[in-house]
Amino acid sequence: MSIRHALLALLSEEPKFGLKLQQEFEDRTGEVWPLNVGQVYSTLQRLERDGLVASDESHGPQKDFSITQDGFDELVSWLRTPLPSDIPPRDELVIKVLVAVQVPGVNVRDIIQAHRRHLIETMQRFTHLKADSNQSDLGLALVLDAELFRLEGVVRWLDAADTRLGQNPGPKDGKAATAPQPESKVTS
Amino acid sequence: MLSMRAISKVYGSGPTEVRALERVDLSVERGELVAIMGPSGSGKSTLLTIAGSLEEPTSGEVMIDGKDIAGMSDNDRARLRRRSVGYVFQHFNLLPGLTAAENVALPLELDGIPAQQARASALETVDSLGLTDRADHYPDDLSGGERQRVAIGRAVVGNRRLLLADEPSGALDSVNGESVMRLLRETCRGGVAGVVVTHDSQLAAWADRVLFLRDGRMVDQTVPGPGAESLLAGGYQE
Repeated sequence: MSIRHALLALLSEEPKFGLKLQQEFEDRTGEVWPLNVGQVYSTLQRLERDGLVASDESHGPQKDFSITQDGFDELVSWLRTPLPSDIPPRDELVIKVLVAVQVPGVNVRDIIQAHRRHLIETMQRFTHLKADSNQSDLGLALVLDAELFRLEGVVRWLDAADTRLGQNPGPKDGKAATAPQPESKVTS
Repeated sequence: MLSMRAISKVYGSGPTEVRALERVDLSVERGELVAIMGPSGSGKSTLLTIAGSLEEPTSGEVMIDGKDIAGMSDNDRARLRRRSVGYVFQHFNLLPGLTAAENVALPLELDGIPAQQARASALETVDSLGLTDRADHYPDDLSGGERQRVAIGRAVVGNRRLLLADEPSGALDSVNGESVMRLLRETCRGGVAGVVVTHDSQLAAWADRVLFLRDGRMVDQTVPGPGAESLLAGGYQE
């Protein structure tokens, strides 16, 4: 999982200092991903160097970090980006949807749709290969079936997530959106 | 072949009003198979019944084969349905007392074509579906896959050019479902405009384009990508 993007997601809610980010990260991942505070600060330094977060020392001994517009754009872009291979590991997709639920100003159902479309485009490519191939090529048919059933499973998970979110929009409802609002990258 | 513009459909009024479709556009050309995906209640079956002129939209324009449905008399509309539009249903809806060939000939006979001529056309269609030796079997004697092939024959016989299908492989196992989709795709390649509504991604993936309907609105569609060979680079190769 990308610590960079997880920290950007936590900062999209409001400015936070490093120790709080570490605690929230562990709380929200069910403590499945332990993270030491050193990793948090080194990641924050790189994010600040890249202009994705800004720090403020005027409120006391601890540096407060906040997300910048570039940081928010980067977060939304990551949420929407299809996974690098055309055969995505499901867990990373789950993480993207879980993160999207928390980020103010992001329509998680649009994020789900972006991934659904990408998966179905991949399924179309496999299916059209099947349609145009010799039906007696059993090996090819079996390989294509395996891919299609796997991708269908991911699409069905997205469909179920979409339905659940339609019934229960998630934790960010009612929370003030303190982060910059996304621009044209999120479709309505 | 089919052009739907700004289609809205509202059921009821006041507090019980349900907006089933909101300004939906859909165009399908001959030779093209389009799938419409969406969850239950997204409006996809309503869209299909409006496309086939079985139901009228609250607003918007439906053109079939260049003709505006709204300006037609009931008789003209019924004739257009008989001659231009074929339907395929999830549960086949064949008449059990008629053989495969008689089921396929039925729409022609209803349109006033003499029985002998209708039977000749039906047998030609049955042949093209690979069901020559099943022509005189009754639906009860056919497998599910064969029944759906007969239903597709009934939908396209008489040179009808718009094929509308509602979950056409929903009642079949995946391999028979695939044969049905393969046949629908081949039928469309032969100059028919096809629309399939489904919630099944494997079925939708047979289409040239997949459109996504959510809460009565068309929210997205697939764009054609490169061939699939590259996807298999790390795995199976012929």
